[in-house]
Amino acid sequence: MTGLPTRAGGASSAAGDAFENAEHSQERQQYLTFLIGKEVFGIGILRIKEIIEFAELTVVPMMPHCVRGVINLRGAVVPVLDLATRFGHQPAIPSRRTCIVIIEVQSGEDATQDLGVIVDSVNEVIEIPDTEIAPVPSFGTRIPEGFIEGMGKVAGKFVILLNVDRVLSTDDIVGVASRMSGAAEALAA
Amino acid sequence: MNLDLALDTYVAESRELLEQMEEALLAFAKGDCDADRVNAVFRAAHTIKGSAGLFGLDAIVEFTHGVESVLDRVRDGLVIMDPVLANLLLECSDCMRQLVDAAGAGDTGAVVEEAPALRQRLSVYLGEARETSCAGARAQPPARVAGSAGDWHISLRFGRDVLRNGMDPVSFLRYLATVGDIVSIATLADALPSVEEMDPESCYLGFEIQLCTAADKQTIEDVFEFVRDDCQIRILPPSSKAADYVDLITALPEADTRLGEILVSSGALTQAELEAALASQSDCDQLADVPGAQEATATNRRLGEILVSQEVVREPVVQAALDKQKQGREAKGQEARFIRLDAEKLDRLINQVGELVIAGAGIGLAAKRVGATEMLEAASTLESLVESVRDSALQLRMVPIGATFNRFQRVVHDVAQELGKDIGLVINGAETELDKTMVDRIGDPLMHLVRNAMDHGIEQTDVRIAAGKSAKGMLSLNAFHESGSIVIEVSDDGGGLRRDRILAKAVERGLVAPDADLPDREVFDLIFEPGFSTAAKVSNLSGRGVGMDVVKRSVGDLRGTVEVDSVEGRGTTIRIRLPLTLAIIDGFLVAVGKSVFVVPLDIVEECLELTPEARAETSGRDFLNLRGQALPFIELNQLFDIAGPRSPRENILVVRSAGRRVGLVVDQLIGEAQTVIKPLGAWFQTVKGIGGSTIMSDGRVALILDVPGLLEHVHRPASRREVLKSAA
Repeated sequence: MTGLPTRAGGASSAAGDAFENAEHSQERQQYLTFLIGKEVFGIGILRIKEIIEFAELTVVPMMPHCVRGVINLRGAVVPVLDLATRFGHQPAIPSRRTCIVIIEVQSGEDATQDLGVIVDSVNEVIEIPDTEIAPVPSFGTRIPEGFIEGMGKVAGKFVILLNVDRVLSTDDIVGVASRMSGAAEALAA
Repeated sequence: MNLDLALDTYVAESRELLEQMEEALLAFAKGDCDADRVNAVFRAAHTIKGSAGLFGLDAIVEFTHGVESVLDRVRDGLVIMDPVLANLLLECSDCMRQLVDAAGAGDTGAVVEEAPALRQRLSVYLGEARETSCAGARAQPPARVAGSAGDWHISLRFGRDVLRNGMDPVSFLRYLATVGDIVSIATLADALPSVEEMDPESCYLGFEIQLCTAADKQTIEDVFEFVRDDCQIRILPPSSKAADYVDLITALPEADTRLGEILVSSGALTQAELEAALASQSDCDQLADVPGAQEATATNRRLGEILVSQEVVREPVVQAALDKQKQGREAKGQEARFIRLDAEKLDRLINQVGELVIAGAGIGLAAKRVGATEMLEAASTLESLVESVRDSALQLRMVPIGATFNRFQRVVHDVAQELGKDIGLVINGAETELDKTMVDRIGDPLMHLVRNAMDHGIEQTDVRIAAGKSAKGMLSLNAFHESGSIVIEVSDDGGGLRRDRILAKAVERGLVAPDADLPDREVFDLIFEPGFSTAAKVSNLSGRGVGMDVVKRSVGDLRGTVEVDSVEGRGTTIRIRLPLTLAIIDGFLVAVGKSVFVVPLDIVEECLELTPEARAETSGRDFLNLRGQALPFIELNQLFDIAGPRSPRENILVVRSAGRRVGLVVDQLIGEAQTVIKPLGAWFQTVKGIGGSTIMSDGRVALILDVPGLLEHVHRPASRREVLKSAA
């Protein structure tokens, strides 16, 4: 895992835009950074549809714990995922700064689905040049390795750039739900 | 040129015509024969044939021609339309359908096995037809009508837009060749502009045709029926006077001499005649003084006028053309009244209206909270408006069930013949409307019920007579609205269900205890058990893989129910009850902890309070005593693992599903509400017991309980524990 898939998989059009805007022939992408616990994470901005305030969720029974429930997003019923639980950490405790980030994911051939993820707080949108993205360390991040796309370096600090498709994979969460949460719990313990 | 789209239209139209034809033929088979119907059938066959000619579908033209000829004779009163002929024609219409379907699938060379045999049988009716074909024309004015073959001259100038209108000029010529022999044909490319100016989508061609046929003028004109409006067509009968040709020459746009040459070369005129004609024409020139004026005057006179004055067109033909125009206008009027549209657009509208309902309810709620009278009034006006918009939107998806019912006329007719029974079908409430999706999906279950009733329900004629019933069995399809749902009944006046046989079979299969005392309805419900059949023999009608259990399941999928009423010796009625629409349901809202669930109202039987005493009594078991009967119950908070304090006043919602009564323990009963169903995404597909979601008036999401799914889930406690464990 290097920074490369960011360009290839993340959003090719974005890469193009960024390319044109960039003064030097370096490719750079914009990322939304947010906090989960004390860790800073980033997601490519082009996948993000909107950020809404955390509101009360409707719990759907018999779902893995990382699926916190569903919300009404202007008439559409959107599932919401707790990223902290997904990473095998303690569930997020909603505070004044808690947000739901609405992300668009592919579901099937040409259909897209909106999903919400709970984050503790949203920081800012930053630009990270590809040269500043380091490969994923084999251990030490305390979240499952496949979820990470790269480590962005911003002002001497690391931002964990997430592989959205892996983190929000329907098959992963629902299909092998029990196994995943079991593994996550084991990790957390 | 892309004819595919036009072909699709042709196939669709032909199918519709065949349906109309079938309907009329079925009436004939019952001995109900009137002139209008005969005409309708004839017209249907004629149009199918005519349009097939346009596409060069020779197989259809050829076969339909025979049918049309017989019908023509029926129309003329030369052949009597009796049930035998009606049945034969029904078979023919099947054959035509196969041919049309094959053409639609792109297989223009399809061969239908039965076709030659059918044609053979039809020819019996045509036997005398050949001799009287002249007699058929006898009533028409004697002047120019050809009883025998002769050379007709046809001048054809296709309109510029012929190709754009989806017509292929060559098809017309090809079809013309089926009417008679084309002796000669000259193509006129004079109108063709220079290459730069030429529009490849326009048609610039004209034809001068010499046709040898015994057909009358009407027949020839009919060939060009579809292009008559935008083409210049002049038809000169055999042995027309030279003057007629002169008129023809002057009326047409091409240079006179050129046309004259063509006519001479095609043998319509001799050189001498032509010269004489041109001479007389130049007289006209002098009369008109201005060179070229004769052309102008000729074209200024309306073509119809010229033709009539020349007696070229017979009065009836003009009349027919006028009728035709009128018909066309009427058809256009009808089209304007109906709009074909993409079902998806409709769905989108209904979704949006659903949003509107929710938003409207939200405003009502807010208004109540604010308490301003003006606001409340405005909100309630809005709400009632939104409700009527919702009703209209849902109405858009409603179609009458008549079309589905009418299909069974044919089924009953065929199956009755196959079984050797005399069975009539009565249809009531054909105008009853229900959701299009339902109409599409109710056809198969109904088909099974109808076949079943005919096969097993209605007895053989001798048995019926012995039982003192009329020899003719009656099957009836009935539809009506009843308290927000639609009821479809399939009834027969046959032998009814044999209660003792069903019970015996059920006991034998271990479904019922031998000493059980079941009410009739529960006994009859047993026929919906998978693989349950009391039929002594299996015929090729039943055992087609769709059992009563499948009927029940398909109806269940539409959130409907099936009931059976039967009196032994008198008959059986199977009643299907369906909700009017799939998009919105009447729901009953209940709360468990902080979660709100919706239970479809139609399965709710009653609500009771679970008193602390009753609760104490049930300790350690999952059923309670409801008026002397054991009522098993499910505690939703346990099943769904909902944390939180228990309500001090629990309630039980008694629901009925799959013939069982079950209590659902909930914390609070909220009440009824119109519920717009929202599907839950792929993430929640595996969740048992939740059928969908809805948005409540306060904007929160409530989950809709799928009670049958829930019960199935509870019945398998092992899997339940597993899920709970993994969720924990």
